[in-house]
Amino acid sequence: MEWIKKNLLAGNIQKNAKKFPLGLWIKCESCNGIIYKKEAEKKLDVCPKCQYHFRISAHTRINILIDPGTFQEHDAGVEPLDPIEFKDLKKYRDRMKASQKSTGLKDGIVSGDGLINGKRVMIAVFEFSFMGGSMGSVIGEKITRIVEAALNHRCPVIIFSSSGGARMQEGILSLMQMAKTSSVIARLKEAGLPYISVLTDPTMGGVTASFAMLGDIIMAEPKALIGFAGQRVIKETIREKLPEGFQRAEYLLDHGMIDMIVERKSMKETLSKLITMLT
Amino acid sequence: MINRHWLDFEKPVVDLEKKIEELKAYPTDEPDAHKSELVKLEKKANTVLKDLYSKLTPWQVTKVARHPARPYTLDYVRHIFDDFVELHGDRCFKDDKALVGGLATINGESVVVIGQQKGRKAKEMGYRNWGMPNPEGYRKAVRLMELAERFGKPVLTFIDTPGAYPGVGAEERGQSEAIAASLMRMSTLKVPLIATVIGEGGSGGALAIGVADRVLMMQFSTYSVISPEGCAAILWKDGTKADMAAKALRINAEELKRMGVIDKIVKEPVGGAHRAPQVAFKNLKAELVATLKKLKTLSTEELLDARYEKFRNIGAFVEGK
Ligand SMILES: [Zn+2]
Repeated sequence: MEWIKKNLLAGNIQKNAKKFPLGLWIKCESCNGIIYKKEAEKKLDVCPKCQYHFRISAHTRINILIDPGTFQEHDAGVEPLDPIEFKDLKKYRDRMKASQKSTGLKDGIVSGDGLINGKRVMIAVFEFSFMGGSMGSVIGEKITRIVEAALNHRCPVIIFSSSGGARMQEGILSLMQMAKTSSVIARLKEAGLPYISVLTDPTMGGVTASFAMLGDIIMAEPKALIGFAGQRVIKETIREKLPEGFQRAEYLLDHGMIDMIVERKSMKETLSKLITMLT
Repeated sequence: MINRHWLDFEKPVVDLEKKIEELKAYPTDEPDAHKSELVKLEKKANTVLKDLYSKLTPWQVTKVARHPARPYTLDYVRHIFDDFVELHGDRCFKDDKALVGGLATINGESVVVIGQQKGRKAKEMGYRNWGMPNPEGYRKAVRLMELAERFGKPVLTFIDTPGAYPGVGAEERGQSEAIAASLMRMSTLKVPLIATVIGEGGSGGALAIGVADRVLMMQFSTYSVISPEGCAAILWKDGTKADMAAKALRINAEELKRMGVIDKIVKEPVGGAHRAPQVAFKNLKAELVATLKKLKTLSTEELLDARYEKFRNIGAFVEGK
């Protein structure tokens, strides 16, 4: 183990990544433990030492939840544009293309229908590694369409969020996705169809402040960071230390903001049970 | 002098206005001694001002939108409406002073008005929390919207906020939930809704009262997904690049109109609303009255369908295979 520790401590790793790929071993950012990669994978990418739930790809998530062979992806071809020709230090188009290449997705969400223990659901899952899961026009549109599909087929909706918030690179159009998605959720509620929102690490900003906090049932994965404003902004505003555990799933549960915290290994059974009870 | 707070880019006008003041104060026996000179200077000042304001950069517009002498929600409310009764509190926790609302009458018709409120003097700024509502503000807004719905009164909102307050208490009491709930509630509210951006339209905290049938915008206002400073800090890694971020984000009225996010730009007097507030009040009142009249011709069903479609259709993407 020593050489692994040395290697990790030498800083041969990117900052802020939650799971460091380093051959057979990974370091957990939450407990700093060094763990055997295969062991974490067997436990659905959960740290065996501290139960921290690592971020996982949208397709991995779907494989864990949806009955094998039943997932039908919707709107996979919907691609982002560059409506305001945005450029900061990099061009939006370049950031977009880099994320498309690394994830194999057109944008930061995968949606579709499938079965959970034999019950049909419409599901949308954020891909955090695509520009931080930021919500632009494509994500807003795909969420709206999956909810509209649920309205047409009269089935429940499950959305797994993981997002830094609205995508700045699409300017005001990103902000408006908050109104768009919240409006379609209103229709779902009027139709009496269940909507379960699952908040995973991290769910922030415009995503939290729209459809993600509008679930009939809101659940979170353990220790997920969930909030409206980022911690840096809050610290700069109030110039005080933040409380212990602030904006973590457990903190939100304690403050009455979510219904429950559900571990990844019991997620499918919990969703299945709730859907049965609501329909 | 109405305007004691100068913006850096206004310097050419400020210099001329100072000259005019000096000349006016200059002791003389002859009452009309400087008349022709004054007329000339005033004409010139006006031309320079007009010229400056005809080509403001997005960052300059941001400064005008944040001008401390710019009319705020209660200024518009007091001057546009014949009567106003403020209503307080969210019935849950407290009365948020950064978001005001109540019943008002316009042309003999009663409506509900709601808006973020900034403070002008140092003490009042803190009292109004710099126009940044806590969750209680948005819950008060929803309460007043539902009151409007029960009594069939249109709702007019006035948007002017740097954003929802980023604080520990705000997070603990559900800032996200409060904003989300307001967005969702507005989308199905069974009365006409008109939102006007009068100053700063700062992110989700602004949009929370902006899901309306018609969205108007005062000419020198801004409406943005993030503040230029915030965007610069994240993407340029340098908060001082706010001017570049303001440009890149396309936050001024003309760009937003072009993108179909707002419906109408309401003209401001030359040099901004703060230089001649009465003109701004008059222009907005005319627009509100005309818009209300149009919306009232629609049935509730037509109104709600159109509102849904309006926001449903915002977005830019291509349909691949
Ligand atoms: Zn761990």
